[in-house]
Amino acid sequence: MSTTLEPILRKHPFFAEMEDATIQLISGCAKNVRYRAGKLVAKQGTPADEFFLIREGRLAMEMPSPLGGTQRLQTADDGDVVGWSWLVPPYHWHFDLRAVSEVRAFSIDGRCLRNKCENDPRFGYEMMKRFSTLMADRLEATRLQLMDLYCGPALPTIP
Amino acid sequence: MSTCFDDPDPEAPKAVSMLPEPYVVVSRNQETADTFTIALRPADGGVMRSFAPGQFNMLYAFGTGESAISISGSPEDGGVLVHTIRRVGAVTSALDRLAPGSVVGLRGPFGSPWPMQQVRGRDLVFVAGGIGLAPLRPAILQVFSHRADYGRIVILAGARSPADVIFHDELHSWMQEPDTEVQLTVDRADADWHHHVGVVTTLIPRARFDPANAVAMVCGPEIMMRFTAVEMARIGLPEARIFVTLERNMKCAVGLCGHCQFGPEFICRDGPVFRHDRIRHWFSHREV
Repeated sequence: MSTTLEPILRKHPFFAEMEDATIQLISGCAKNVRYRAGKLVAKQGTPADEFFLIREGRLAMEMPSPLGGTQRLQTADDGDVVGWSWLVPPYHWHFDLRAVSEVRAFSIDGRCLRNKCENDPRFGYEMMKRFSTLMADRLEATRLQLMDLYCGPALPTIP
Repeated sequence: MSTCFDDPDPEAPKAVSMLPEPYVVVSRNQETADTFTIALRPADGGVMRSFAPGQFNMLYAFGTGESAISISGSPEDGGVLVHTIRRVGAVTSALDRLAPGSVVGLRGPFGSPWPMQQVRGRDLVFVAGGIGLAPLRPAILQVFSHRADYGRIVILAGARSPADVIFHDELHSWMQEPDTEVQLTVDRADADWHHHVGVVTTLIPRARFDPANAVAMVCGPEIMMRFTAVEMARIGLPEARIFVTLERNMKCAVGLCGHCQFGPEFICRDGPVFRHDRIRHWFSHREV
């Protein structure tokens, strides 16, 4: 199955400028998944055994709101990567992941990929570079979100 | 076609008067909990001054004071002058209390406009944060009135929450326009919101337009505009094709008092619309 996925995996932006050997290693851990709108894809606190490369559709990262119900914190769309908990102990999801629309994605087996990272440090470094960039982008976006940009100086500031 | 633009249109109509003229409020619409739109007409029934998209008026709430307010209506609607206002201080709160039939003082239009003539034939990317959609709306309406003159239209709008999205119905109607992409995002939402969640800058790499042929017009908080320029650079849209509109405490509106000085520029006279590369240096100075 992994060999047949390789050609379509290459089309995902995550694999841009990635060496063939690296893509082959990842494709061995990949499978196609599809979720209907509203489906809870991952639950906070449960083992993060996979991450997702979205081909089409929208996934939302959600957390329980202190006021009750659920708060939608960020969304990810076609071409995005969702989930890095597979790479960071204790390998648990830190948020709920829900399909906002019908979603087609690649699910990459995190345990499978961790083993390959351990066994092949060059491959592991390549993964770390890609995921650290992803984390930095997400962190920067989160900082801007925390600033409550559109509502003026509502947050306390340091004089 | 040149890849670099001159500063915004120097031919835009500009008022010089310091004397407000009476205008009557003909309609009022509540956009969100703190934002409202009023349409104004000359109280004497006379002819309104024309304006260009991006310009602003000074609205005078009698007994309270004057405030610079962007024009948010179509420049081709000769019947009324439309302003969308967020209630943030004494003057805007006084304007918020005005019912249809009330009279305000108006001076304007002032300032530089969006470069609508220079961008014909280009893909246009409008990036708005919160109330920043209001100064962009006249440009968007003008583009839709002359659709064949422009390339692909991309509108990226961010707000704090779904309840804070202004021009909600109009944004959804623009989604139906041909060769037009409208993406909405909010900072936080519940499960009923099916658009994006995240800051508006995260929409830029997702939007489909040709950076080699596009011009961006951006309005929102300065930090948002700075990060928008960074994201545009990442995808290959040069600074000379990014226009931003700035806001400062404007008083005279004709470049005399200096309240709105921004480095060597007076925002009321030289702006509020600037080419990004002309003012980038001053964006990074916190003291300015």
